[in-house]
Amino acid sequence: MTARPLVALIGNPNAGKTSLFNALTGARQKVGNYPGVTVERHAGHLQLPHLGEVDLVDLPGSYSLTPASPDEEVARNVLLGTQAGEKRPDALIIVVDAGNLAQHLRFVFELRALGIPTIVALNMVDMAQRDGLTLDATALESAIDLPVISTVAVRRRGVEEIKAKLDELLAADTPAWAGFADMSLDERTVSARRAAKQAVVHESATRDVTRRIDAVLLHPIAGFLILLAILFVIFQSVFSLAEAPIGWIEAAIAALGDGVKGALAPSILRDLLTEGVIAGVGAVVAFLPQIVILFFFILLLEATGYMARAAFLMDGLMARLGLSGRGFIPLLSSFACAVPGIMATRAIADPKDRLVTILIAPLMTCSARLPVYAVIISAFIPARQVAPAIGLQGLVLFGLYLMGILGAMGAAFCLRRTVARGGTSHLLMEMPRYQWPRTRDILIALLQRAWIFLRRAGTIIFTTTVILWVLLSFPRVGSGSAESQIEHSIGGRIASGIEYVVRPIGFNHDIAIALLPAMAAREVAVSALATAYAIDTPDEAQMSGQLASHLGTRWSLATALAFLVWFVFAPQCISTIAITRRETNSWKWPAFMVGYLFVLAYVAAGATYWTAVAFGLG
Amino acid sequence: MARNMRDSPLNLAALPVGARAHITHVDWDSIDATSARRLRELGLDAGVDVEALHRGSLFARDPMAVRVGRMRIILRLVHAAAFHLEPST
Repeated sequence: MTARPLVALIGNPNAGKTSLFNALTGARQKVGNYPGVTVERHAGHLQLPHLGEVDLVDLPGSYSLTPASPDEEVARNVLLGTQAGEKRPDALIIVVDAGNLAQHLRFVFELRALGIPTIVALNMVDMAQRDGLTLDATALESAIDLPVISTVAVRRRGVEEIKAKLDELLAADTPAWAGFADMSLDERTVSARRAAKQAVVHESATRDVTRRIDAVLLHPIAGFLILLAILFVIFQSVFSLAEAPIGWIEAAIAALGDGVKGALAPSILRDLLTEGVIAGVGAVVAFLPQIVILFFFILLLEATGYMARAAFLMDGLMARLGLSGRGFIPLLSSFACAVPGIMATRAIADPKDRLVTILIAPLMTCSARLPVYAVIISAFIPARQVAPAIGLQGLVLFGLYLMGILGAMGAAFCLRRTVARGGTSHLLMEMPRYQWPRTRDILIALLQRAWIFLRRAGTIIFTTTVILWVLLSFPRVGSGSAESQIEHSIGGRIASGIEYVVRPIGFNHDIAIALLPAMAAREVAVSALATAYAIDTPDEAQMSGQLASHLGTRWSLATALAFLVWFVFAPQCISTIAITRRETNSWKWPAFMVGYLFVLAYVAAGATYWTAVAFGLG
Repeated sequence: MARNMRDSPLNLAALPVGARAHITHVDWDSIDATSARRLRELGLDAGVDVEALHRGSLFARDPMAVRVGRMRIILRLVHAAAFHLEPST
């Protein structure tokens, strides 16, 4: 631990805390995890005029020190000095929404009693003015007995004042901070209302923008249709906008592969670099654009305040499955990746409700399946229009998404009546005001997501690709042997064992080879097929275009369809299993999840294969 | 839906959209402790005024959205039924 002072940012959700954090630290932030839990830790540095550099940490938004979620528990533990991996903060910046003081000050009265030197950032004063509130920061200061600084985080207003005040607080030994008494929840509520009343000089009736927007967006019928339209636009964008950048990335990777091939003399090392690393990792990095686009929309919906509305609209439907509207957000995130999706289930209060949401999250078609779907669909489904503006390939893709969603609904319905019976799902959440999203905040969050994805590609996917390459390349087949390199290799022999099990559902030897490494991450199936064919046919480029035509000649349509359906259900992602283990704190539930999904995948793929064969597609 | 009308003519679950009322008392015992605490931390408690804003969507009348002070809160009707109301003055 550093000896540098630590300043913590804390406040209710929707206080504009992250904006203020971004304004204070800039884009250079460190995102990690607190040890042993999956709560994200956002930290940065802050340059003070006198004291120099101090550490700043953005604590999870909380309503009180009585935690209702793992995030709130981490926030409380840090503030009490009991959180592993974090020292007790030397100073606090409590962020409050100027437009909702009676609510936000309740937490201030609780935090005040901790005895940590504190600044209150009266944030979003511009929004409060828009809502017709005239506030007196000095009156608030005397009402709560803490220094108050008015801020508009998005315009960096108040940032210098906060720095100056922190200098003052951290320099002085101020025993006065120990003087605030503990208050009960009722006392805090009463004090917060009184203080808010003193701080609000004037309150005029203005048009309530949020109310007007909600009249449309939360309309029982129109609101629901708008939600569906928004989802449609998101998925359209994920595919259409990503097409061009994916092409650039693939071209760059192909050029890199050729460059390395030209620069090095033929050797095992060159093969490892071109066939293993560049072909394998490249196939995964190529769908970064889709991840970025999907996260962009999710961040946008969160920043505007629409996510709470989506939860509200979906709750009626989710309740029938025994879930809550809160589960909608994690499940929507799972379309990007089940890992952040499962982490987002922490907002669900009821443990059984949360468990089922975790168990069905892998059924949402994550972006890691896209490369698999894309290769198979382009190889086997003709690019033909079935109706104006509706292509057959897109329709098949849509069908695969739908199959995952229906599977998830069925699974939730069954699980809630069997293994996760009982408990009542709740929905209890704040519905924030609508806000104009801040480009800067969204860009920072987007960069963080992209970086986390690339880090994953650079570690887990890199490692498995290299291991696979080794398994498939050794022992070397003798020249002149009739056996191919793959069949002769260790991996080929393991795959023959897998093949024995998956043969009845129409899977061939190639697929058996791809399934093994795809346990690490689904998208590796593509790089595995690419690596496998690159090893077998060393003179050919191994990019997906060639891969698709290669597959078209080697697989039957029935096999290809079964392979697609397998990937709708199969729990092939080490990260998801690991996160489930951490979030459920047991091996029982990840084991259950893997088991039920594999059974589902086997049965569904088998049914697809046998049906297709019966129709003469075998 | 639980229509608890023991000692009050109206509870929050039955408050029509657009109507305002005053919370007279709350059956905290009918709500699990964690939810009860969170409701109070969000400002829903005896002695405050509430307004019903929205109710359900295509599929159900549940949940509802209410306004307390400057807060908007989404809750299910099972919880709302614990809040007993009288017409606001």
